[in-house]
This record gives sequence, structure tokens and C-alpha cells, in this order.
Amino acid sequence: MRHIISLLMENEAGALSRVAGLFSARGYNIESLTVAPTEDQTMSRMTIVTSGSDDVIEQINKQLNKLIDVVAVMDLTEGQHLERELMLVKVRAVGEGREELKRLTDIFRGRIIDVDASSYTIELTGTGSKLDSFVQAIDSSLMLEVVRTGASGIGRGERILKL
Amino acid sequence: MEMTGAEIVIRCLQEEEVEYLFGYPGGAVLFIYDELYKQDKVKHVLVRHEQAAIHAADGYARSTDKVGVALVTSGPGATNAVTGIATAYMDSIPMVVISGQVPTSYIGEDAFQEVDTVGITRPCVKHNFLVKDVKDIASTMKKAFYLAKSGRPGPVLVDIPKDVSAQKTEFSYPSSVQIRSYNPSQHGDIGAIRQAAQLLLNAKRPMIYAGGGVVLSSAASQLTELTRLLGFPVTNTLMGLGGYPATDKQFLGMLGMHGTLEANMAMQQCDVLLAVGARFDDRVIGNVAHFAQNPRKIIHIDIDPSSISKRVKVDVPIVGDVAHVLGDLLAVLHSTRQQPDAQALAAWWAQIADWRSKNSLTYRNSDELIKPQYVIETLYELTGGDAFVTSDVGQHQMWAAQYYKFDQPRRWINSGGLGTMGFGLPAAMGVQLAHPGATVACVTGEGSIQMNIQELSTCKQFRLPIKVIALNNRYLGMVRQWQEFFHGNRYSESYMDALPNFAKLAEAYGHVGLCIEKPSDVRPALEEALARKNELVFLDFRTDSTENVYPMVPGGKGLSEVILAEDL
Repeated sequence: MRHIISLLMENEAGALSRVAGLFSARGYNIESLTVAPTEDQTMSRMTIVTSGSDDVIEQINKQLNKLIDVVAVMDLTEGQHLERELMLVKVRAVGEGREELKRLTDIFRGRIIDVDASSYTIELTGTGSKLDSFVQAIDSSLMLEVVRTGASGIGRGERILKL
Repeated sequence: MEMTGAEIVIRCLQEEEVEYLFGYPGGAVLFIYDELYKQDKVKHVLVRHEQAAIHAADGYARSTDKVGVALVTSGPGATNAVTGIATAYMDSIPMVVISGQVPTSYIGEDAFQEVDTVGITRPCVKHNFLVKDVKDIASTMKKAFYLAKSGRPGPVLVDIPKDVSAQKTEFSYPSSVQIRSYNPSQHGDIGAIRQAAQLLLNAKRPMIYAGGGVVLSSAASQLTELTRLLGFPVTNTLMGLGGYPATDKQFLGMLGMHGTLEANMAMQQCDVLLAVGARFDDRVIGNVAHFAQNPRKIIHIDIDPSSISKRVKVDVPIVGDVAHVLGDLLAVLHSTRQQPDAQALAAWWAQIADWRSKNSLTYRNSDELIKPQYVIETLYELTGGDAFVTSDVGQHQMWAAQYYKFDQPRRWINSGGLGTMGFGLPAAMGVQLAHPGATVACVTGEGSIQMNIQELSTCKQFRLPIKVIALNNRYLGMVRQWQEFFHGNRYSESYMDALPNFAKLAEAYGHVGLCIEKPSDVRPALEEALARKNELVFLDFRTDSTENVYPMVPGGKGLSEVILAEDL
């Protein structure tokens, strides 16, 4: 099953490679991994999307907690949560296709953030599956570049991951 | 007062009351060696290869319950240390390794003797640090010692660039340490402990399975008290030997791949299993699915939550320090009036007696060929079971574990998890330094000893009267055994030709060397070696080259799918 694991870790050199190294050393999947500093300068927040059996996910949580640089771990998928991912797509946009792409972007509530004579760059946020649908909706021969950030997640309401 | 980084490093070691520092100098650690020279509190032991420095620190730590400390230079110094660090990591040994690094301004430029030490060691340390500012040395050293010793122990590496060791700052050693992300639990959940007590008291076929955690937590007396109070059978893992007195009647011997029939069968057929500081290793329970075929309730005490339900699903997990948890469990048991089910227990012991009567460790002694088991039995007898025994890895290791009965913890020193050949001799150096008057025997083979034989030179320099017991069968014996059992007797590269004359080699290093070829000479040779209290004696026993280790549970098989010696 797909899980979204959120963690706070010390903003130290090498902390990211400890987490990434753990996943590769123990053969866990990483679908995506995002990391950036938080409002507290000493900590970074990471969101990892992974998959595995319940036993594997339990081990992932325990192994992450065992890393000295990891301050707190939460499996967001264990409760109510929100998930968002940002995608930038550059598509070939010429002739009649330009209108069609504009409509499609509006339907998905995306934004065209750059335009030139033959292409659009579209910004879209949403869950991973929404972004997948958008990519599928576009004629693949028009697709020039796709850049995705990987998912960020946050618990709903009082589910808070903070020190 | 201002001090250089190097001086601070040494002051930190003094503050931590480090007795011995095992190391090897080189360019990146010259400032630190210069400071070592100026003091005499921390004694430096110059090894002949960095791997040996780590193993020696490891042996020191295992035999004392203190943190082992080693110092190596950058690049090859650090990479040579990696095998030793991984060995300590797999067996959860408290250790601090200080490595030199090229100056900060050179890092990343492929400088001479530069390697990404923190990167290379990351997967085999509990934690590591690269100190980029001299002001951080003292607090980092404090953290390193704290991390190494607390919780589930392990090696911690501190990488110090050369320029940082030369810079100056004010020194003050922190009196305490706080790491917000690290709070290992000491006490187990009392509710779970009560639940465990109830399960144990209701058991019909109980079994206690105790591992290295008992030794590391210095909980042998609590384990012994608990086992005797309950009257249950108990087994030790390879790492746990000595955690329960081996000569006690409730002890079923070691379990696992080369465990006794009674220990493995009781493990398989018990209805309640108390696992204490053990991790259901593949060499211990074999095939997980096979193990799960017999239903049983499992209580698991371990300080590391990630050890629990990793390979085997556990019913009652108790996270905490083994000594604390066993203490609490004893208190709960003492406060209840309920007794274990005596009738069920009697029937269970009768079943165990039946397995025991097979005498699975029996071997046929010989008048012509030296049987390796006989050497270990004689060593046990002559040392009264009181020696520190280190071992390398292979058949000799298993025979030592099977035939030397350890009644006390921290006497059996071996590389259980990583299985590092070359561990025995340098580990024995650390043990002998920690226990100057004690008998320290290194049981080894002609294969393993050659992986760190250069340390005979260190032994000479520091006058370490280790007894090297080499069971020389001219084969990489365990490899040969597997080839005989599983690879159609094709002894691919397991025969060792052109072996040195070990006795003469020992003499060349300035030690005493004896070559023993007849069974009747085994006892006199061991007696002579033990009588030479102040000398290292290298005993080259030419043993039966085709002897196998029995019983054996082949890799991937279940605990009851055991191969016994042919006569049984």
C-alpha cells in the first residue's frame, strides 16, 4: 500500500543522505522524496512517499525513528491528511492546439505561467493522481518536459507534526 | 585557556577516562599524535593495521562494559577501519572511532589520502560526525561517547579535518548531553511486563531465549534469577553465551545453525517463548516460515524497537533495557501467588531430557588424529572455564562456542553478526590489556589467523601473553564443510597450500611457537602454554582435516530439520 511519511529532522549536512541511504540499504521503495527547511531554522521537513506491506511500513517507521538526526516521524496515511504536488509541464502549443491546451489547463485549474510562439509552460498542483490524469490528457507527442516535485503532505485539523 | 583541536581531543578522552587508545598515525592525525606524546594518561597501543585497532578496541569494550576507542588517519586509515567498525555495529559494541580528515579547504578536491569517511561509514555506524569547527570538538566528543554507550550501543565515528585539529579555542567539556531526537527508553511498559508474567505463568512448554543484549546490558544475574525462579529451560545465542551459566542444568546449550538438538527442538516446540536481547537472526531460527508452523506466544524484550517484529511477529513487545525490564518482571513475579504449572513443566522437561539423551555434541575421539573438539574441551578443563576466549570465524568458532562452557558473561568474544575473519587476535589484545592477569585464549584457524597475523608484532611490543590456539586443518573448514554437504564435495579454493610454519613464524616475532601433531601431545602442550604466564604462545594444532561441525541446521531450513553427526 502507498504511504506518505512525514518527518522532521535536524538541518545538518548529511541528514538527507542518512534517510536516502536507509531506504536503499534496506531495499525500501521511494516513490518520491521532498525536503526543505521549516520555519524553525534548525529543522527540515521531509515527505516520503513509499509503498510496502504493513510489516515493511512498520519497519520503515522504526528505522527512521532510529536515525539520530530524525526528530519526529508521522505516517500521514494513518489518518486524515492532505497531499499536494506541484508540476511544471512544457507542451508544444501551435495553431488550434493552443486553445485546446488553454481549455484543458483551465479544467484542471492549472495556470499557464510562460508562453512563447510555440509552447506553453503550465503549472499545476494537486494530488499525484490528478497530475497523472493531466499528463494522460495531453497528447504525448506535444509533451516537451514534465517536472514534478513529489508529494508534500500535512495532517488535517489537529494532526500536527511539530516539536 | 585556549587549546588546539588536537589537545581538546585528548582532553576529552581524559575526561571520559579512556585508558587505552588503539591506533595508527598518519598525516591527517599528526597534531593529535603530537598531543598524545605530551601526556601519559591515555595510553596508546600501536597496532600494525587499522582493522586491528578497531577489533582491539572492540575486544576491550566487550570484555569490560566500557567504550572502546580507536584513532586512525584519513583515507586508507579510515577505509582499513571499516571492517572493524561494521563488525562492532553488527554486534552493538560501544565504540568511538576518531579519524583524521584532509584539511577542510581540501575536502572534495580528491586530495592526498582523502576519502568521504562519513559517507563510507554511514551505513555501519550508530552515528557519525564531521567536525568542521574547532568549537564543536568537545560537544561532539561528548555526544559520541553518549551515543556509543546508551540505548542500543554501537560504534560512533568522529571525523576531524587536520586544520580543525590545529585551530584554537577555549576548552570546556560539557557535563551533560541532550539530543532532542534521541531518548532511548530504559524501562519497559509495565502493562506489557504484567502481561508477559501472566503468559509465562500459564505456559505449558515455556522457553527462554537470551542473546547478546543480556551481556551488553549486564543483565546476566537478573536472567539467571528469573530462569531459576520459573524453573524454565534456557538457551543462549552465539552472542549471548555466558549470559546464563553454561554448566547449569536448566541450560540447554547454544541454539541455532550449530546449536544443540535440545535447544533447537525446545525453541521450535515451545508454547511460550521469552526472547531477551536477541533478534531472531537467520543463523538462529533458520527458516522463518518453518519456525512459524508451531504456534507459540512470543514475548520480546529489546532496547531497539526496530528489532521487534522484524523477522518474527511478536505478541508482547517490551521496549527497554534488558536489565531494567527483567528487574521489573522479577518484581511482578515475586508479587504474585501464582506458580508455574508444575505438572506441565515436568512433562516438558521429560521431553527435553529425551532430546538431551541424544547427546548431539558427541564426537568420536581418536588416538591418531587430533580432534578439534578435544582441543577445546581440554582447554576448558585446564583453564577451569575461567579464561577469556576470543575467536575468529569458521568451524573453530563453532567448536569453541559448543565445547567451552562459559559461566560468566563477557568471557566469550567473537564476531557473531558480521562474521569477520581476522577478529580473534586483535580482539584478544584488547581483552588482555583490559585484564592483564587473566588467561586470554584466541581460538582460531589457519585461515583466519592469517588475516591479521601481523598483530603478533603488536603483542610483542606490548607484552601480551595471549595463547593462540590455532586449529589448523589445512582447509577453510566451514567452507569445506558446506562444499561437502551442498556442493558435491567440490572443494573449490578451500584448501590452503603453502601454509607457513606457524611455530617458526611466532618465533620470528619473538614469541613461543609449538606445533602439535599427536592427540597425546594436546594436553601437555596446552599445559605448557598456560604455564608460560608472561609469554605469547602460538599453538599450531594439526587437526583432523575432515572433521565437521555438528549438529547443523542447513541455511534456509527449519530448526528441527537438523543434520546430526553420523553416529547419532
